[in-house]
Amino acid sequence: MTATALRSQRTADRARRNPLLMVKNVLFPVAPTYLLMVIPAIVLFTFFIVYPAVQGALWSFTNFVGYGSSKFIGIANYKAALADPTIRDSYGFTLLFAVTACIVTNAVAMALAIALNAKIKWRTGFRTIFFMPMVLSGLIVSYIFTFIIGTSVPIIAGAIHFAPLESDILANQHLAWLGIVFVASWVAIPGAIIIYLAGLVSIPSEVYEAASIDGAGAWKQFQRMTFPLLFPFFIINTILTFKAFLNVYDICVGLTGGGPGTATTSVAQTIFNGFFNGDYAYQMANAVIFFLITLLFALFQLSVLRRRGGSL
Amino acid sequence: MATQVTTAPVAAPQVGVRRRRRLPEGGRINWGLTGIVALVSLIILIPLYFAIAMALKSPAQTGAGTGFNFPWPLQWGNFRAAWDLTDFPLAFSMSLLVSVIAVAGEILVSALAAWSIVRNWDHWQFRATFVYLMLALFIPFPVVALPQVKLTAAIGLDNPFGVAILHIMFQLAFNVLLFSAYIRSIPVELEESARIDGCTTVQTFRRVVLPLLAPIAATVGIFAFLQSWNDFMMPQLITANPKWQTLPVVQYLFQDQFTTNFNVAFASYLMALLPTLVVFLIAQRWVVSGIMRGSIK
Repeated sequence: MTATALRSQRTADRARRNPLLMVKNVLFPVAPTYLLMVIPAIVLFTFFIVYPAVQGALWSFTNFVGYGSSKFIGIANYKAALADPTIRDSYGFTLLFAVTACIVTNAVAMALAIALNAKIKWRTGFRTIFFMPMVLSGLIVSYIFTFIIGTSVPIIAGAIHFAPLESDILANQHLAWLGIVFVASWVAIPGAIIIYLAGLVSIPSEVYEAASIDGAGAWKQFQRMTFPLLFPFFIINTILTFKAFLNVYDICVGLTGGGPGTATTSVAQTIFNGFFNGDYAYQMANAVIFFLITLLFALFQLSVLRRRGGSL
Repeated sequence: MATQVTTAPVAAPQVGVRRRRRLPEGGRINWGLTGIVALVSLIILIPLYFAIAMALKSPAQTGAGTGFNFPWPLQWGNFRAAWDLTDFPLAFSMSLLVSVIAVAGEILVSALAAWSIVRNWDHWQFRATFVYLMLALFIPFPVVALPQVKLTAAIGLDNPFGVAILHIMFQLAFNVLLFSAYIRSIPVELEESARIDGCTTVQTFRRVVLPLLAPIAATVGIFAFLQSWNDFMMPQLITANPKWQTLPVVQYLFQDQFTTNFNVAFASYLMALLPTLVVFLIAQRWVVSGIMRGSIK
């Protein structure tokens, strides 16, 4: 009896003295099975995402070129990156592209969602058609459009004497970004349509009946009811599409390869090029700036969403 | 751009009509709007027709017109040529390998984590874990890409397995969000009764919770598949050996050789697009309901 008591006493002592067990009790006061379920996720996430992010942020303060040794150089990379015309141009293009594509995508998707929710013939079939581009690879879609925009459209435009499209707009330094907006929107619109449809389905039909009785016209109904009720979905779509457009990479690579010149080189492409050019730490500084800009936009959009009483 | 012009004016008029169909007497079909929708759908259908037509022509047939003329006689040999040139079976296997690991991993890791977090929500540690994992929503791949390339190379994961693991990690936040919202809607009493019957935590999860998660798991799985199959950025940077590249990267690597023969190029594009299109047509019900579920809540 004394032996058992002594042994349990000893175990308790050991538990109290063992710092690992104490830490465990403070941090994870629940059944070990639950911990086994969540700890692998935390460890893998920390190792593969958080660790590289922190490491990259630290490198951005050094003159690291991707290999060999490096030394701390303070914020020199940031100063240089902010003054670098290549980087500035890539932000100019990416922001112009992202804002335009975001507006086009949301306007077209909202209009199409309302149409696809209306009483039209073959509604299911049309929905299937409009959802299709969502599942296709952006890069390969871009290759298909490269040929259409670059070769077929100029031939047709030439035949009907439509001057603006008679030459390949992707080879035009000032217009190439419009081609990228078109293809990126073509790929992104289906996903936005689905989210708008989800919003339209959630609007009770009584709202419209009341409005019809009050004599509200179609445009007034859209302006005063449909749009305000869709507003949370509008914000969600804006956040999702804008974030995706800021990271644009494969569609630029597929359509123009970043050209002509560097006219359509996105921020993502600029950062990746740093890996091959030996601008490693320098482009990590660019990446940190890019992260802060992305974060600012996301927080701004979320605060608008919260003010209007929606939630993600 | 053209779509905006054609659809914007008609976007509003059918709002009233749409709601009438819910009324007992039903509504009339809006033929005008049907026509406009059909016209706009050409913006999607024409490029797809174009790709199919191009893939079935000879170079001589291509040179004869704009590319929109009907391919006749059909040149099925283009597919054979593309198959051999790009070593399609190998690239296809690599894409499949990455996608399958990503699908299984994303469902398993995020379902387990989400269940554990939701059922222990009273402990601040689990709430903190949730917030911690949500960080990934704000970290775009380009930001961490360069350190990740070095990291995966250093530990021997600069191959399809590394790409699959990174796919799982980057989607973790969104998947945990979807799963935990769904798990909160499952009554906890079901699990409690299983425990009274003597189930351990693992048994409760496998026998009671996992079957209930099937609908959301299908959604997460389909998105994991599409996202993984179509990804170009990550495999291009992470995978060192060009032989182990997935389909989109192989298309990219062969782009220069294609400039001499567009028809073979289009045949290869079609072969790369076809699997996701087939998956979509079979699974579109879950794709659509999944996005809707994820967006409303």
